[in-house]
Amino acid sequence: MSSLLRMSGIVKTFPGVQALQGVDFEVVEGQVHALMGENGAGKSTLLKVLTGVYPADSGEILLRGDVIRPRSPQDATRLGISAVYQELNLAPNLSIAENIVIGREPMGPMGIRWREVKRRATQALARLGLELDVNRPIGSCSPAIQHLTAIARALDVDARLLVLDEPTASLDRDEVENLFTVIHRLKAQGLGIIYVTHFLDEVYAIADQITVLRNGTKVGCDTPAALPKRALVSLMIGREAPSEEAAPQREVSAAGEILVSAKELGRRFAVGNLNFAIRPGEVLGLAGLLASGRTETLRLLFGIDRPDTGMLMLDGIPARLTPRRAMRAGIGMSPEERKTEGIFPSLSVRENILIVAQVQRGWLRRLPRSAWAEADAMKDELRIATPDLDRSIASLSGGNQQKALLARWLIAQPRLLLLDEPTRGIDVGAKFEITGLVERLRSEGMAFVLVSSELSEVVQSSTKVAILRDRRMIGEADDLSEKAILDQIAEGDR
Amino acid sequence: MSRRPWTFALALLVAVLVLNLFFTPGFFAMEVRDGRLFGSLIDILNRAAPAALLALGMALVIATGGVDLSVGAVMAISGAVAAGLVVQPDGFVLQALGPQSVGAANVIAVVAGVLCGLFNGLLVGFFRIQPIVATLLLMVAGRGLAQLLTNGQIITVPSDAFATIAIGATLGLPNPVWLTAAMALFFGGLTRLTALGLFIEASGDNPTAARYVGIDGRALRLAVYGLSGLCAGFAGVIAASNIKAADANNAGLYLELDAILAVAVGGTAMTGGRFSLFGALIGAVLMQTVTTSILTRGIGTEITLVLKAFVVVAVCLLQAPAFHEMLKRRRAPA
Amino acid sequence: MKALWTKERLPIIATVVVCLLLYIAAGLAFPGFFSLRVGVNFLDDNAFLGVIAVGLTFVIITGGIDLSVGSVAGASSILTAVLIHRSGMHPVLAMFGGIGFGLVLGLLQGLLIARFKLAPFLVTLGGLFFARGVALAISRESVQIEHPLVSTLASEGLKFSKGVTLTWNGIVFVLFVVLGVFLARQTRFGRTVYAIGGNPTSVGTMGLPVTATLVKVYAFSGFCAGLGGVIFATYTASGNALSGTGLELDAIAAVVIGGTLLSGGYGSVIGTLFGVITLGIITTAITFQGTLSSWWSKIVIGGLLLLFVLIQKGIEKTGR
Repeated sequence: MSSLLRMSGIVKTFPGVQALQGVDFEVVEGQVHALMGENGAGKSTLLKVLTGVYPADSGEILLRGDVIRPRSPQDATRLGISAVYQELNLAPNLSIAENIVIGREPMGPMGIRWREVKRRATQALARLGLELDVNRPIGSCSPAIQHLTAIARALDVDARLLVLDEPTASLDRDEVENLFTVIHRLKAQGLGIIYVTHFLDEVYAIADQITVLRNGTKVGCDTPAALPKRALVSLMIGREAPSEEAAPQREVSAAGEILVSAKELGRRFAVGNLNFAIRPGEVLGLAGLLASGRTETLRLLFGIDRPDTGMLMLDGIPARLTPRRAMRAGIGMSPEERKTEGIFPSLSVRENILIVAQVQRGWLRRLPRSAWAEADAMKDELRIATPDLDRSIASLSGGNQQKALLARWLIAQPRLLLLDEPTRGIDVGAKFEITGLVERLRSEGMAFVLVSSELSEVVQSSTKVAILRDRRMIGEADDLSEKAILDQIAEGDR
Repeated sequence: MSRRPWTFALALLVAVLVLNLFFTPGFFAMEVRDGRLFGSLIDILNRAAPAALLALGMALVIATGGVDLSVGAVMAISGAVAAGLVVQPDGFVLQALGPQSVGAANVIAVVAGVLCGLFNGLLVGFFRIQPIVATLLLMVAGRGLAQLLTNGQIITVPSDAFATIAIGATLGLPNPVWLTAAMALFFGGLTRLTALGLFIEASGDNPTAARYVGIDGRALRLAVYGLSGLCAGFAGVIAASNIKAADANNAGLYLELDAILAVAVGGTAMTGGRFSLFGALIGAVLMQTVTTSILTRGIGTEITLVLKAFVVVAVCLLQAPAFHEMLKRRRAPA
Repeated sequence: MKALWTKERLPIIATVVVCLLLYIAAGLAFPGFFSLRVGVNFLDDNAFLGVIAVGLTFVIITGGIDLSVGSVAGASSILTAVLIHRSGMHPVLAMFGGIGFGLVLGLLQGLLIARFKLAPFLVTLGGLFFARGVALAISRESVQIEHPLVSTLASEGLKFSKGVTLTWNGIVFVLFVVLGVFLARQTRFGRTVYAIGGNPTSVGTMGLPVTATLVKVYAFSGFCAGLGGVIFATYTASGNALSGTGLELDAIAAVVIGGTLLSGGYGSVIGTLFGVITLGIITTAITFQGTLSSWWSKIVIGGLLLLFVLIQKGIEKTGR
């Protein structure tokens, strides 16, 4: 087996962040190399350097021993490096055949030779062991077929190295098996495959080698046999010696009625098997790796997505929620995607903070000036760094925007607040403030569901923890300590 | 700067006025005749009134991230309703309503405008049809409906009372100016004394985030397009009153484009979000000032059209991130 | 041909069904409607609209819009007429002038839209103003064209039988439909147009030339609008700066009734042909009927447009 790709000493810096700090990465022919890491680990940056989306600051890329410098994805494709991303680059309105060959159609005197197009597409699919009606529009095919078509497109350009970015995110079990069969075929043909996923089981089912990145550095590289799940999770989350200390016991005024409960609640391709009950004064932490279904759980609870199995009860009554109904019932959500789902970029910080309170009050009556003081108080309490609240929120740093988003809900004081990564990008001091604020509101009877990729934070703030793994809830934590939770995440069902 | 998006339009307006001060004799002259003011400036305000009215509604629609292409056609409908109800020509479709006084006819005409707007709002808000497409429907069919109402004729209204709205004056100023001012105050109050303005801006600025804080985008769009229809209804009544007739073919023709232009020049982002009603008014007055200046200098109106074209493109370019990037790269060559 | 009733084909099927139903209804109601002459006249009388609609089809498939086509046609018609009448230019050269104006304006619009990512409806709104202004600047009065070649184009062509002739204008329309079908189905340009409409955000990463294709699409639309103006000038043997007012709406209606989705990605030139003919049937039927007034055509077209937009919305919903 000869070396196919060798990336060495790759450094990439963005304003304020060193995304890659000298990463080495190697793929040999016929190898499936899993690239693992949590958010911000540098996986996507590394892949983007490889596929020519942007250049590395320093370091070298060798493809079969030759130095390459891909300048664009097209350039990389010409060199034999093809990537299939989770957000598929397909035209849903065109047929399978066209999606495979578009831009490279065989031409004749009367234009595109459609017979040849179909022949080539069929051939490309045959390489994957697939027989499909290539005339079908891709938009009407299952996500699995779409994914395989995207792979076929990548192969049609004689790729030697294939990047698969979360290929199974929208596939069910059988389809994953199918994909694995295809991957085995490609391995046998000598292709190198870089496989990015968040599903642990898959890594052990398909990968020949695992590289783990964290904070822009390579923290591990080994075969699956030499790297058991427990060690892998520790490498990813970054705690070789997780604290065994149990969280401080906090008093929960247990008498409260159940606010929200989930029974077998789930949604296809999102999350399943949710079983929990939340009472006033409780903080339910959701623990799990990236893409384990944490955000999806919050989306179900806030009515953004409709569940298709199980039941969601609100105050003991089955509920069909929309965000508006959820809000009226006293549920709030601070989303993870700050830019696209959270802030109103051209409105002022004050308006961004007060908007939820205003919605609760209705459109007709504006909030009185006294509400402004509340916003100012919240600015001081959360230490939102801005000279005044009347400038545009877009002028604030990400962390301060996040604080303003939290302030929005803390002022509104819902009965249940869903927090998705509330402290991401926030300085340590403010994290402390937020944790304190959550604890205070909790003791006053507010309930929370908390998602955080920092396990210590989940353990610190939660009164109980639900464990999610590969898009299923596998139970509640037996013991509120980081070690116990990590074990449960890694080992799966007891 | 974001607080005063209309600065650019106001500066342009002042510049055009100053140019006129030097190059157009008598541009600022004003005289009082029969208890009302006459002069180029008053004329400009008066002529700008319909576009300014439309621009008020259009500003709100654009702020939600939409656009209302139908306002010109809706003007034709409301004009036809007003004139038809007063005159009751043969074959008038609304004959069942019976002959109406001028006042009642005008009110019904404005209501017709609101109904048209609500129809648009229904398509955009509840059926989730793209605003351009949804309002295009009435833009196409609206003039047909107006012609149906007028039976294809130009309905002339031989009534001085009917002309009062457009031609009369109150306290020295033409009535359309008062009407526009009143509507501007109403819209200003509606959007700034309540939270409606905030909700509109939030909904246009980030529709997903607006949904997640519980803003009802559907009802909001229904309201906003309804308000735009209200403005078009008033503008249609003024246009009909101005010529004492309902002309289904030409009433408000291309005026939707003037209104969009006024809003864009007035500093409202075409992609939605922050809006400025004051800016929209300034924009409308600016466009009319330029038109009048060109007319009084004896240059053909076609130049106004060409000028408008350049203004549209210029305003778009100024708002476009891709253009800013290009400028930056020019300034600092890599 | 296995799956005829796929949801992608529903709009075009609806178009053909509506077109046939209207044709049969009109034919049963009005004697003489089924005649070959009336059929040929559909093509002749709507040739200018048809050519414009073919160009616009490509724009709409990319998910864009071109509001300038009516004004460009007007400017092209007056420019052609003035070049022949005042400058004594040979009609063929003059026609190149009219078409060239459309092409250049379309090219500029395309550059602004593709290069700077400006909203198509605003840019072409500017184009609408600009072209109308230019047209009025060329001549405010209607200008007659008296040239044997021009009258030949408008009255002679393919003789089917006694008194039934598909004129050169109609022939050009048919040729453009064929050209449009070829471009859309058999060229990489055409397929890229569809891909852009289907997935505007990521076709660039598929390695397709998005910017260049968009520029070409608007240039082609401008070209077609210019040609439409020339055809209108020969058809009426005159040029008028105000001709083509509101024509953009008819053209959009023809394209949408022809089954092209306004949100982009789906549509066909053949559908547009049916759309143009449907509009032709409506106007002709209303003329045949005699007592119904011409504005009914606008209302009916508006109603059809609403129907098709709602059908399209339904398809999008089930597509998700």
